[in-house]
Amino acid sequence: MKELFPIYEVHKDLVYLDSSASSLKPKMVIDAVSNYYNNYSCNIERGIYKICFDATRICEDARQNIASYLNVDSEEIIFTRGASSSLNMVASMLKDILKEGDEVIVSELEHHSSFLPFLRLSKTIGIKLVFVELTPDGHITVENFKKALSPKTKVVALTHVSNVLGYITPIKEIIELSHKNNIIVSVDGAQAIPHFRVDLKDLDADFYSFSFHKCFGPTGLGVLYGKKKYLNMLEPVELGGEMNSTVTKDSVTYKDIPYKFEAGTMPIAEIFGASKAIDFLRSLDLLKEEEKAISLRNIALSELKKMDEIIIYNDTDSSSIISFNIKGVHSHDAVSYLSESICLRAGQHCAEPLHNFLGVNATLRASFYYYNDLEDVKVFISKIKDAINFFKEVGLIV
Amino acid sequence: MSNLSNLYREIIMDHYKNPRNKGLINDKSYITCHIKNPSCGDEINIESKVENGIITDIRQDGVGCSICCANASILSQVVKGMKVSDAEYFLDNYLKMVSNQEYDESIDFDELQVFDGIKDFPARVRCASISSQALLNTLKKEKS
Repeated sequence: MKELFPIYEVHKDLVYLDSSASSLKPKMVIDAVSNYYNNYSCNIERGIYKICFDATRICEDARQNIASYLNVDSEEIIFTRGASSSLNMVASMLKDILKEGDEVIVSELEHHSSFLPFLRLSKTIGIKLVFVELTPDGHITVENFKKALSPKTKVVALTHVSNVLGYITPIKEIIELSHKNNIIVSVDGAQAIPHFRVDLKDLDADFYSFSFHKCFGPTGLGVLYGKKKYLNMLEPVELGGEMNSTVTKDSVTYKDIPYKFEAGTMPIAEIFGASKAIDFLRSLDLLKEEEKAISLRNIALSELKKMDEIIIYNDTDSSSIISFNIKGVHSHDAVSYLSESICLRAGQHCAEPLHNFLGVNATLRASFYYYNDLEDVKVFISKIKDAINFFKEVGLIV
Repeated sequence: MSNLSNLYREIIMDHYKNPRNKGLINDKSYITCHIKNPSCGDEINIESKVENGIITDIRQDGVGCSICCANASILSQVVKGMKVSDAEYFLDNYLKMVSNQEYDESIDFDELQVFDGIKDFPARVRCASISSQALLNTLKKEKS
């Protein structure tokens, strides 16, 4: 698959194992972004000249394409700056219907983008955050979720897939349980959409957020899916151009959904590219590709487990991520050595509460995706062995 | 990889394994600054005690990579005993050196000179800088 990604022509020996942060982009997506700048380059919605009309149509086709991929209506698809922006919008929108003492269920697995907007609401309006107790190895379970439920629970804000451990939350069961108790569920799908087809109608989440740059698409664009009943009811977070229908000196009426949530000029080139990213996902046998990525990851994992100097934090066989450390070596020291030849993530991955849970200051993360191959695994393992030898030589590993 | 070997010289490993001036005093006569690098989790506390314009003690504590922790340790040794005004000039130029900007090359950075090599690793400049920034903050607080 590497031939579809122009970056491999520039960096022929690239070993890219940081797809959980951002995936590489295929040529068809890059071409679509260029197509906008080369052939349109105008605003959308605001003009009646031909290139404006055509660009507007392409953006609306993109919205329809994304909506049908997720099995929802296009008016439920709001374009945002990314998953972080979507998740912030959810908390800001729900602020109006939450009050002091209401409980919001979160977890230590959450990315800061999912968790912090509700942490702020706990400080400003006095909602109470309730954490689902994780299993000792870091999973969210339905049983533990039930324990977190109370008559005061109003919102559940959980990740679909952990960005550090790769564990999948039993979110469908959690949504069912929540809805039985009239609880609104917001799901962070940033790490799910890149790895499996999500049918939002079947999942029945009330809000679902993701970014395109993690699933072959451009940076700077995400989606907030929201159920019509909530989008119609809730106030827009941002006000400005094109989201309103009538403005006087002392009043405003908003456009219908989704436009009332899209103030100002949208990232048009990115929307062109996002539609092609969805086409690219559609063209793949996702189950087969995911199985291949996981099997590459598991080959790497089994090699790492042979090394006494390695500690693994997600010893499961169903993730495409390996979270690990070289014992005695801070991840930033390790990655300075490894980054000469491998793109690997080191740090807290915007999930500090999870690192506190794991009892570790920072971790290394290798994430495998569909363009990775056995050669990447071989280079990865060989460089890890070299790194261990290097840190033994300088005395960090004794 | 020789640049990296050079960086992880004995001096850094020595201070990482046997940190000097480690542990906070938590005394009112000391001024404290806490700095965290949120991307990697490095976290450093620096305490300084100033008497008659002289830095008479520096304490340091924190968690992080070897560069960050060794830097705090070396810094605490090298700057102790300096006049505040000299220390500010010294630290300002040290920060310029590690971030590959022009600096006063006549300064004797003592054991901190080893961090000159960090400029070849731009992603690590912050690791070798946060202790100096924290110390500068304590000196500013001292003045105010």
